Amino acid sequence: MASEKKLKQKISVFVERKRTFTCAFVGIMALFTLASIVTDFSIIEGIVSIPKSIVWIVNNLVPDEKSWSKMPRILAKLTETALLSIAVTVCAGICAFLFSLLGTRTNGITTLSGRLVRIVAAFFRNVPDVVWAMLLLFSFGQNVLTGFFALFFTTFGMLTRTFIETIDEVSAECVEAITSTGADYMQTVFQAIVPSSMPEIITWVLFMIETNIRASTLIGVLTATGIGYAFDMYYKRLDYGAASLVVISIVVLVIGIELISNQIRKVIM
Amino acid sequence: MSELVVLSDHSSVHDLHEYMLKTSDGKIKTATINKSRIAVKLTICILFALTAVAFISFDYESINFIESVAATWNNMKVLFGQPKLTFNSFAGAMHALLITFSLGVLSTIFGALIAFFGALLCAKNIADPHSANFIKSIVAFIRAVPTILWVLIFTVAAGLGSVAAVVGLTFHSVAYLIKAYSESIEEMDMGVIEALKASGASYWQIVFQAIIPSSISYMIAWTFLRFEINFTNAIAVGAAAGAGGIGYDLFMAGSFYFDLRELGFITYIVVIAVIMLEMVATRIKARVR
Repeated sequence: MASEKKLKQKISVFVERKRTFTCAFVGIMALFTLASIVTDFSIIEGIVSIPKSIVWIVNNLVPDEKSWSKMPRILAKLTETALLSIAVTVCAGICAFLFSLLGTRTNGITTLSGRLVRIVAAFFRNVPDVVWAMLLLFSFGQNVLTGFFALFFTTFGMLTRTFIETIDEVSAECVEAITSTGADYMQTVFQAIVPSSMPEIITWVLFMIETNIRASTLIGVLTATGIGYAFDMYYKRLDYGAASLVVISIVVLVIGIELISNQIRKVIM
Repeated sequence: MSELVVLSDHSSVHDLHEYMLKTSDGKIKTATINKSRIAVKLTICILFALTAVAFISFDYESINFIESVAATWNNMKVLFGQPKLTFNSFAGAMHALLITFSLGVLSTIFGALIAFFGALLCAKNIADPHSANFIKSIVAFIRAVPTILWVLIFTVAAGLGSVAAVVGLTFHSVAYLIKAYSESIEEMDMGVIEALKASGASYWQIVFQAIIPSSISYMIAWTFLRFEINFTNAIAVGAAAGAGGIGYDLFMAGSFYFDLRELGFITYIVVIAVIMLEMVATRIKARVR
């Protein structure tokens, strides 16, 4: 009797698993159908478009001899974008670090300030960079600073949240140890929090630099600056050779940065 | 006890001074120099130097900085303080939001589906190394091209509309999720796979009875994270590539009507939607675990 009950229980695990899978499958299919209707998307068109696009890319999106003459200008724009993302990430990182100190649990400032910091960070993180770009376009015009501040706000929001989590996670023990020796606030920050969380923080900053290069391409398309504008311009002039050079140079830059940050991460972690 | 004895011995205290590392001004060294510390310092110095180079090399085009900041502040007050719809109806904005949401849903579903099979071919513990390396390099390439460029490229080949947006967004999702999924498969216990192999299970039996059950919760968490990213990407793509949805409305309000109040209202809709998504995602993640 008892073994039969046990067996039933064992089987019911599988039945339940099957039921959850079926439910999830039906739910996803329903969501998929609804979304397809709303956006007027047809899956056949989608699948057909991929080989069509690849053929188009292979035929058109290759650098020709004419486009190589534009290489110096593309490289200048690329350098501008790369430096922009580094500058944005470093500045936002410094501000986010100082700001996140107010929001961590570990250094014993009130929970009220912690909550406030989190809300401010959530605000900056969740307002899309497109909105910042539009807003700044009004006052700064088609300037490099438009992209700078648009990226700055979102990066600041992202990094504040991750820094709070990092500091809470990594330096809790250090902080406890050093406060028990009678260290004051500044000593706690510089002797415990900074050294223990620095490797993690650098990892995040490097990751954000890479992300920001991609994001600044998008902002560049919107605000007519940097490498994004270069691509958009060549693309709309149907100068696909030059446009492909832009794509290739972005790929080389992003993969290069990824490789460098992987190396750095390996050494510091 | 023995340490106390040693310390009370005068000559030993002297010895201790010999072994103690000191800085040039006689203070006791509390940290030793190692590779990691040097790398951290070097990285920080290089980043600061590059930032300085960036600020020097920027072409500011004789912009009046203080005036612009003041103007930005005033615009922000209008944007966030007086949101109002004039060119769009509320229903229209909600429909646009639904379109953006659906673009996110479609690209996440396709992305998750393709990435699952990609991850099976890419995870170190179950795939053969040649196919894994091949797929990993393709993934690295796809990820390096910004989403907006994928969408613009597909727009020419597939025409303006939802197809280009979904395919473009899917490309990036696949690359991102393959990495995430294969890492969660690599984390699973090898013993389970070996046990099933020993009992004569086929490849797909191993996949469905061992790999999926043990890594499904991670995969769901990653998929929802990607859905949030796809939603914000769908906004951006709608704005920059004219792919429709709430992003396109943002673009029109900002660059065509020059209406800050409309921009503000749509921003609030977007922010509320994103926060709600985040809350739903956290709840589902908590339930799966």
